[in-house]
Amino acid sequence: MSQPVIDLVPAWTLVLGVGVFFYVLLDGFDLGVGILYGFAPDRDSRNLVMNSIAPIWDGNETWLVLGGLALMGAFPLAFAIIIPAVYFPIAIMLLALIFRGVAFEFRYRDAEHRTFWDHAFNYGSAIGAFAQGVVLGAFIQGFQTDGRHFAGGSFDCLTPFTLLTGLALVFGYSLLGAGWLVLKTEGALQDWARALGRRSFAGVLIGIAAVSLWTPLMAPQIAERWFSWPHIVILAPVPIVTALVAYWEWRSLDSRSEAAPFLGAICLFVMSYLGIAISLWPMIVPYKFTLWQAASSPSTQAFLLVGTVFLLPIILMYTGWSYWVFRGKVRGDFGYH
Amino acid sequence: MRMDPLVLSRLQFAWVIGWHFLLPAFTVGLASFIAVLEGLHLVTGREIYFRISTFWIKIFAVSFGMGVVSGIVMPFQIGTNWSRFSDAAADVVAPLLAYEGLTAFFLEAAFLGVLLFGRKLVPPWAHFVAALMVAAGTLFSTFWILSTNSWMQTPSGYEIVDGRFVPKDWVQIVFSPSFPYRLAHTVDAVYITTSFVVVGVAASYLRRGRFVEEARTMLSITLWLLTVLVPLQFLLGDAHGLNTLEHQPAKLAAIEAIWDTHSRVELNLFAIPDEAAETNRFDLAIPDLGSLILTHDPNGTVRGLKDWPADQRPSPVIVPFFGFRIMVGIAVVMLGVVAASLWLRWRGELFDARWFLWCCTLASPLGFVAVLAGWATTEVGRQPWTVYGLLRTADSVSPSLTGFDVAVSLAGYCLVYLVMFPAGLVMMTRIIRRGLAEEATEPEPIESGRPALPVRALPSTEARRRP
Repeated sequence: MSQPVIDLVPAWTLVLGVGVFFYVLLDGFDLGVGILYGFAPDRDSRNLVMNSIAPIWDGNETWLVLGGLALMGAFPLAFAIIIPAVYFPIAIMLLALIFRGVAFEFRYRDAEHRTFWDHAFNYGSAIGAFAQGVVLGAFIQGFQTDGRHFAGGSFDCLTPFTLLTGLALVFGYSLLGAGWLVLKTEGALQDWARALGRRSFAGVLIGIAAVSLWTPLMAPQIAERWFSWPHIVILAPVPIVTALVAYWEWRSLDSRSEAAPFLGAICLFVMSYLGIAISLWPMIVPYKFTLWQAASSPSTQAFLLVGTVFLLPIILMYTGWSYWVFRGKVRGDFGYH
Repeated sequence: MRMDPLVLSRLQFAWVIGWHFLLPAFTVGLASFIAVLEGLHLVTGREIYFRISTFWIKIFAVSFGMGVVSGIVMPFQIGTNWSRFSDAAADVVAPLLAYEGLTAFFLEAAFLGVLLFGRKLVPPWAHFVAALMVAAGTLFSTFWILSTNSWMQTPSGYEIVDGRFVPKDWVQIVFSPSFPYRLAHTVDAVYITTSFVVVGVAASYLRRGRFVEEARTMLSITLWLLTVLVPLQFLLGDAHGLNTLEHQPAKLAAIEAIWDTHSRVELNLFAIPDEAAETNRFDLAIPDLGSLILTHDPNGTVRGLKDWPADQRPSPVIVPFFGFRIMVGIAVVMLGVVAASLWLRWRGELFDARWFLWCCTLASPLGFVAVLAGWATTEVGRQPWTVYGLLRTADSVSPSLTGFDVAVSLAGYCLVYLVMFPAGLVMMTRIIRRGLAEEATEPEPIESGRPALPVRALPSTEARRRP
């Protein structure tokens, strides 16, 4: 491009970061609901659990497409290296999401195979979440590249570290799901959600601790980022605030508050996300290419940014409206089935 | 035999997009149909539109859900299996796909929840708006995805810098030369596909004497619609063909299995193209008609496949050749159905002629076959390129993949799709069998959490209007 242009990379970093985070939160809680679904005591509670997300899961999953396409549009080099590098986790995630997505309708329509579709929903959610965790782990772990291509093998992304991040995300999503269910249910079902929330929380705590210790040991750049002077002082609030949020989440799962467990879980995700972002900044293909090196042409970034800035607030508005329509406790069917 | 990641990746892409395409081919039209029914119900207050709409919304829910989950697969395929294409073309292509997400997917997803579950939670006009927004979303989606495909077929508005496509003029990129024709042709095709499904379902109800009033309304509306859409498709298809002749002559030569460039081209009705010998076997042709159809001039010259080196010709030629003939053959059958409906309507026997109702039922899946045949024609006809004439399919595949990798993932996609799609079909058939009276056989649904306002708790506007 010949004309001088404003650097749009920071704007796109923000859009992509927020978009992916929205996906993690939104589909995170409904995948989490799917994971907890397998532990629901009886059919009535399963119906309620599923109905609490039936009208909104589709919109939540749309953020995944947006995240993928925003990466492709704004940082195509990262898309072209990362996505083939996590070939199998992505394929498994997509197949798992198919099973879980169709289960919403099929479970109701296909009574004689209801158990099968119950499992499809439950395992689909759990496997999808696990695969996303593996993708996250592979991202932190970094990729072998040759010029502008991924040069490793399709199984490089399966390591003890990525299995750990996979499990950690399953617990993380379960915690979000439990928070959502506390918000949307009452009585015995709510107590059940709180109990599962406490177990998920224990898993999340172990996961965060293990990943936080493992990453600096694995990547010297990350150790340098956190522990060198004066970073160790400037960044100290991150682990401290995370610990405070964790304490608050633990307390609120035990209290009678209905919104706090969900809010606490969201805050834990914010802090973990922030931690990863600080560790890897300014890399988008960790340890190989920065956001600026992987960026698409200024014309591409500008063309897409104009529409995004205009459309995202509208999307948030009508998505908010659809959540508003289905507000309150879920008690039974919504009147469609 | 060594497994080739390129061949397997192409197979995998064809497999996942072929199945996926069947769903928008149905739901784009159905969303519009539902919006029209909801609108008619809102304006006229007639209960019959409400019943028909409620019925089709159930079918829509099943098919749309399948469309969403099989659609999420698609952008990731471009990354997992076609990373070199992504690296080379993302600057141009990705914003178009991202705009599909921004303008269409969120709109559909947010309002779908209200359309499916919100009938009793929002006022009737808001429910209609939800139906309208879902329909608009499906059309926006069609716009962007075909814009993307058209750019790959007839690239324009770009420049090549260091082997990568860089945008120069966004208007030319979004509205590439084949886009208006492809968009019109495809939208008409999916509307026709949906209409034939509705006609088929209505006809089978009439044959059995079930839901007669609703079935008559459905049959009559959609047959009128087809009376416009099917003849229109011949005009649009012809225009699209002229456009292909201009911009992708090699594809057209493959479609018609023309090997030598000449004027007064014959029209091959049937042939077995033999690529090794560069000729056709068993051909049955009508003299001069090819030129007349392709160039609108009996003396028109059409370039043959031998004009291009063998490695720049679409292969196998047999796919576009027969794909096109299947598509056009089905269009002729559809035209016959429309003609018969006009004749029967004039004689006042539209709802009673059993042979015609049988024809309608049998014709109901034809649109899907035609859509797939047309898709195979245009996509295989575009080979061996992903970006026509500029980027080869062989240079687009992810370099890291082994044949084993792709074979495993392809097996996974085959397995899952072969469970999901038949299951979905069974479920939709079940809804159709139960028919429009399903409400009565099901327990009264419970209201959602908060106490419903008395007005909103009423089942429909009609009930409210009655004093």
